[in-house]
Amino acid sequence: MRLALGPVLYYWARDDLLAFYEAAAQWPVDIVYLGETVCSKRRSFGFEDWLRVADQLTAAGKEVVLSTLALLEAESELKTLRRLCANGQYMVEANDLGAVHLLSGKAPFVTGPTVNLYNPATLRLLAERGLKRWTLPIELSRDTLEQMQAERPAGVETEVFAYGRLPLTLSARCFTARSHNLAKDDCQYRCLDDPDGRLMRTQEGQPFLVINGIQTMSAPTCNLIGEIDTMRRLGVDVVRISPQSYRTGEVIAIYHAALHGQMEAAEAREALQPLMPLGACDGYWHGTAGMHRVAIG
Amino acid sequence: MELVCPAGNLPSLKAAIDNGADAVYLGLRDDTNARHFPGLNFNEAKARQGIRYARQRGRRVFMAINTYPRPDGWRRWTRAVDTAADLGVDALILADIGIMAYAHERWPQLNLHLSVQASSTNYEALRFYHENFGIRRAVLPRVLSLTQVRHVVENSPVAIEVFGFGSLCVMVEGRCILSSYVTGESPNTCGACSPAKFVEWKETAGGRESRLNGLLTDRYADGEQTGYPTICKGRFEVGGNTYYAIEEPTSLNTLELLPELMAAGVNAIKIEGRQRSPAYVAQVARTWREAIDAARRDPEGFVPRVEWNAELDKVSEGTQTTLGPYHRPWQ
Repeated sequence: MRLALGPVLYYWARDDLLAFYEAAAQWPVDIVYLGETVCSKRRSFGFEDWLRVADQLTAAGKEVVLSTLALLEAESELKTLRRLCANGQYMVEANDLGAVHLLSGKAPFVTGPTVNLYNPATLRLLAERGLKRWTLPIELSRDTLEQMQAERPAGVETEVFAYGRLPLTLSARCFTARSHNLAKDDCQYRCLDDPDGRLMRTQEGQPFLVINGIQTMSAPTCNLIGEIDTMRRLGVDVVRISPQSYRTGEVIAIYHAALHGQMEAAEAREALQPLMPLGACDGYWHGTAGMHRVAIG
Repeated sequence: MELVCPAGNLPSLKAAIDNGADAVYLGLRDDTNARHFPGLNFNEAKARQGIRYARQRGRRVFMAINTYPRPDGWRRWTRAVDTAADLGVDALILADIGIMAYAHERWPQLNLHLSVQASSTNYEALRFYHENFGIRRAVLPRVLSLTQVRHVVENSPVAIEVFGFGSLCVMVEGRCILSSYVTGESPNTCGACSPAKFVEWKETAGGRESRLNGLLTDRYADGEQTGYPTICKGRFEVGGNTYYAIEEPTSLNTLELLPELMAAGVNAIKIEGRQRSPAYVAQVARTWREAIDAARRDPEGFVPRVEWNAELDKVSEGTQTTLGPYHRPWQ
């Protein structure tokens, strides 16, 4: 199994992004997804910047995939999408059916976790149009994955979102702007204040969700470190780590060690605890509510 | 412009038709549609009666099969498609690519509409469904501004239907899993958002509490109006403030935008609410029928009548209505 670093879902300042990918070039990660997938107003990096980082990571031996915006509304966003899909060099992660359409029959592509791929018939149809790898949608379980794998077309790889805050939904509204009493049109780029999103608690103080601009995420970190053997048995090809603003390199190192049998699951779980300040969740994988902790104690 | 009304059961279907709906949409009594609520929806016999009732009056019936089958449920969804074809519905409203491929191949004459649950917000996505499955109409998620809707219509290969009235999803439909995050069941997989079996109301010293699968979604002061505890309409704490962190419990009402939606080339207006009563359906269908007819007669001079909005307010969820995403400041 190979290890992938997902796209940065948060809004980070340009220097932070540069430093992050400079470090990532040294991490034992096989695949790196690059690009803005949440909000087109986030412009720390332009298209050329992403390509430059892509070239650097390629030179460092990484497979680079360019990720597309998940919620496309404006023509300007479609223009960026077309440019990205026609880049001619890097494989593209389609996060919406508009991207799938532009890539169909033209270039091999990956589907990200926001493409609704719930059954083998969908998998087959997309495979005929150039799908090379699909990511299990966030809410689907191990059991569903097993059934999907049984009918997976030849030549299609499977990826699982294994570590990180879960991207749960998208909206036209910006909840970060709303939390600062600002209109979306005048958001003042306040997402920059919260490099890991803005915590939302229940009225009982339970950390519940994280708002990340127009995206809403889980507050606990999904962590499937104990499921690596199961994933291997089910024929999963790629394990995805979603970036966080602190110590992502350590997360990668732990997963890498666990994948290569250099660390026991229990030890790896222990080592990951301090890297998930709001706790962990793994409910979806086990076929129950996503927020639940089932096997991670 | 076609008026498309919800029918959760036969009385609602009749209420919609009798009050001016051009078409009604309905679902079967299982998780193949996104209003899989106890006691709601149609078995085959009732659907047949409904279709006959509509046909005799020159109206159309669409069937929503707009959830996402997982491998172990696949046959239930293909059976629903076969049932719809056998019943002779005027269109199928689908979301899943696999099911669309099945319907297109097995029943090539069937008229396919793209459900809002397919989460397609741009014309490149619509082209995908049009080129692959020959869809004829798409329902847009409630995330686009009026300008964006206009732009989609101009470039779309298929007719466009938009939501005009009813409960408001703040998130992009078909790609929101807040419900399964808390309960394990989502509209995509089980056909319901925040299913009723997970809802709990409790009187406490701190006020009336609503919980979803044990998670506190809101706490109400005495006399405060309570709402159904969907997560996006609960009150939570962010940065030291407790408020409707996602959205106030408002509902959508685009009556005043009607002439603009018509001018934009929108082909159909959809009314939300298969879970609502026949009285709701009758009220909303009647009001929108009058409004559409008035806007057709005189688009320039169209002003929503005070009594229309008063009637609609009576049946709205929450205490206020909004133009939602169509109105730019909302975004």
